[in-house]
Amino acid sequence: MYLPYAVAAWLFLVGLYGVVSSRNLIHLSICLSVMQSGTYVLLLAIGYKNKATAPIFRGIHVGHPAVDPVVQALTLTDIVVSVTVVALILAFALDVHKQSRTIDPDEIAEFQG
Amino acid sequence: MNRSLRLGIFAVSAAGLAALLFWSLVGLPDFGHYHWPYGKLLNAVAVNERHTTNVVGVTVFDYRGFDTLGEEFILFTAVIGVSLLLRKGREDRIPLDSARDDALRLLGLLAVALVFVLGLWVVAFGYVTPGGGFQGGVVIAGAFALVYLAASYRDFHELTPHSAVEMAEAFGVGAFTILGFVGLAYEGAYLQNFLGIGDTGTLYAGGSVPLLNWATAIAVAAALAVLFSEFMKVYVLPTREWRS
Repeated sequence: MYLPYAVAAWLFLVGLYGVVSSRNLIHLSICLSVMQSGTYVLLLAIGYKNKATAPIFRGIHVGHPAVDPVVQALTLTDIVVSVTVVALILAFALDVHKQSRTIDPDEIAEFQG
Repeated sequence: MNRSLRLGIFAVSAAGLAALLFWSLVGLPDFGHYHWPYGKLLNAVAVNERHTTNVVGVTVFDYRGFDTLGEEFILFTAVIGVSLLLRKGREDRIPLDSARDDALRLLGLLAVALVFVLGLWVVAFGYVTPGGGFQGGVVIAGAFALVYLAASYRDFHELTPHSAVEMAEAFGVGAFTILGFVGLAYEGAYLQNFLGIGDTGTLYAGGSVPLLNWATAIAVAAALAVLFSEFMKVYVLPTREWRS
């Protein structure tokens, strides 16, 4: 069964297409979030184990099968990075709009000559 | 660069990337047939070693605490970057918009209290049950954002004054860094767990994990409050003059 991995690859590629073809910096930041969602799905899919619980052993004895806590911690880091990157892109978009009155990456390139 | 040329280059390289992704992903074990040793080891030893029942939480704040230190600094730096970008050439005016509908104000302010308490709860039990400083910090910041939605920007601004939230953010990141040095001084390694490990499955567990957890919660809630107020200041008032 490779479906979750295929979903991860699909999200990454479709997000990348959005970033490359975007005509709007806000749209671009959302496409980047879609790409990063692909990495969350990949990480969590790698750590998934059949018939296992979340790695939280309250009311469950240690030794009960549980999914990988490390990839979950990495996903948490990933989400924080994603949020900060989106915040930065949005700030850049506002700044660019103030200077060139557009947030279309192609027009910004023309504006700067 | 010409748009169709760019899309053409993308199509070729994306096909290559897709092929490489396919090649690498079929090399992974089947979904659900997990067999990596690191996660298994942590699941086996973490509860006995640290007395915390949320292994993800203790991975974030203890076994891989150094990663989290880097993550805190990524957040800190990005927030400084956003503040600098948005503050450039803008005088500090306070926008005057406010919610006037009574039902919205009442229900909204009730939601503020509920969301705030939920955030504190998610942080406090972050190493016992699902949750943690990052998640709870975001929920607490959500309560601040609700103050803006249900009352006014002025109330939001008074609740989270700029200098105070910026200091709180620096305090959270600084506390995390310094707690690492305390571990170095007492236990001989940076971010090594100190204090006793306490009782399994209670709030008194995990040694220094609760301290790092709260430091993170303060840093995250304050960082998001800074982001909200920076974006709101740009958005709420001057949009009209930009459009003209």
